Amino acid sequence: MCNFNRGFRLGPGKPGFSAIDARNGNMDKVGIIGVGQSKFVRAFNGSIRELAFEAFREAMKDANTTTNDIDATIVCSAPEYDKQRSPSGVLAEYFGLNPQPTCYVESLCSSSTTGLRLAYSLVKSGLHDVVLVAGFQKMSEITSAESQERMGRGADIQWEAPFGTMMPAYYAMFARGHMAKYGTTSADLAQIRLKSSLYGALNEKAMIRKPLSPEDFEDPAKQLNNPISSPLRMRDCCANADGASCIIVASEERAKALGGKPVWIRGIGSATASVNLVGRDHFHGLTAAEEAARKAYKMAGIGPSDVDVAEVHDCFTIAELMAYENLGFAKPGEGVELIRAKETYKEGKIPVNVDGGLLSKGHPIGATGGSQVRTIVLQLRGEAGPMQVKDASIGLVHNIGGVGIYANVIILGRE
Amino acid sequence: MAERDIDNRFSRFGTVSFTGLTRVNDFIDYLQCGKVMGTRCRTCGARYFPPRADCCKSLDSDMEWIDLPGSGTLLTYSTLSYAPAGFGEDLPYTIAVVDFGSLKVFGRMDRSLPAERITIGMRLKVVALKLPGGNLSYEFRVSI
Repeated sequence: MCNFNRGFRLGPGKPGFSAIDARNGNMDKVGIIGVGQSKFVRAFNGSIRELAFEAFREAMKDANTTTNDIDATIVCSAPEYDKQRSPSGVLAEYFGLNPQPTCYVESLCSSSTTGLRLAYSLVKSGLHDVVLVAGFQKMSEITSAESQERMGRGADIQWEAPFGTMMPAYYAMFARGHMAKYGTTSADLAQIRLKSSLYGALNEKAMIRKPLSPEDFEDPAKQLNNPISSPLRMRDCCANADGASCIIVASEERAKALGGKPVWIRGIGSATASVNLVGRDHFHGLTAAEEAARKAYKMAGIGPSDVDVAEVHDCFTIAELMAYENLGFAKPGEGVELIRAKETYKEGKIPVNVDGGLLSKGHPIGATGGSQVRTIVLQLRGEAGPMQVKDASIGLVHNIGGVGIYANVIILGRE
Repeated sequence: MAERDIDNRFSRFGTVSFTGLTRVNDFIDYLQCGKVMGTRCRTCGARYFPPRADCCKSLDSDMEWIDLPGSGTLLTYSTLSYAPAGFGEDLPYTIAVVDFGSLKVFGRMDRSLPAERITIGMRLKVVALKLPGGNLSYEFRVSI
């Protein structure tokens, strides 16, 4: 059913295209009013539209919205896994969101926070009042080797892929660089996996829920310890998954009118670095993440010590360790001290990935950023259940595409 | 256009090439002659490896081929125990980034070099390579 009054709401507040105020610009806040996520699973028993609908339904119920409230959708995935060309139209139809506009965006593994960035700007500009960001990925229809080959093609296909590259090998080169510069060890990286498994066991949406013990890392016969790409072992790598996420973004006026508990977008920083590794200055951190963090902190007017809870892109254990340093939670080279002292556990100085992260949840490429945002929104609303960090009022999301090719850092706040 | 008119020399690069047409196809002919070459912008002097057909600094496309420096140092590397589709027969192999001063090069290590002899900072040179089956590539070898 069409809503012919879209954009002409005449209730209390400003008439006409409500969020646009040409006289003094749009100073209103932008909020997240609803979040949803499917369970992340090895193989989803259904099609992409059905997978995406699981997260959509949860976010719509969470926001207490109907399809008439949604002004536009942004659909996010990594297209190399999709058989469906241009899935945005298919999802908009299945969600019952015609004739509202939709489009598709991707930035590899950071696609759904890129979608959030666009949703923010659509709302902030006043073009729309409520924008829905749907991320999904169904990776189970191809083999792991095929998926590694396709994922490798997210790097430089002309000059790197002919040597037989894949994501674990790229991140392994950063692990090697970090170890050489700072003396980080494989046992340090295993500590990050240990933490992940503790919280993965608490997260009913996570794919891998078996708690691990330090002894699990000592037996070389265990599959968990198989070498993948030196110095990374299987335990250091996240797993492919099928999954979907959904985030509903609204103007301050609409967020307040709809009630609920909006969480506000305080800062968004995004940056890039060269695709080909020959363009990188060093191999012990991701420069795009540093730059994105700098921008996000500046926009939010806060610093790293103000963050109460963080979700970082731990596609590999080394990626979480580099994130500690790139986000300023630790000085360069001192990230290992945080994990050794358990300061990134729920009770620590800066809790990180207390939902299990990608390492335990699984990594359905296009859904991952939205899942991270959902976790932080639930934390700031005090609804994270057994994973709840006490009195969290500012949260941070760090979502990376490729080997630090794309970086989005998003700061959310209760106020 | 008839198929014979398509210059797809680059489809012979590496174990599996994902690129056919490129304006730096002559890279393949240099490999055939045993040379690994970069490009330099004739307008502004910017040097590139991998070679580029266009300069993003001067915005010109007037490039010349240049030799790489003789030896460089190993910046980072990883040895793969698991390979993407199409590369399984090459396992195990080591990929690496080598710093040649003004330019860096991404490629594979000499597979005859034992893993325990690979250390960051070691001196390496880049050598053109003919692969079994006729493709062309390059690898890093110990520079004495």
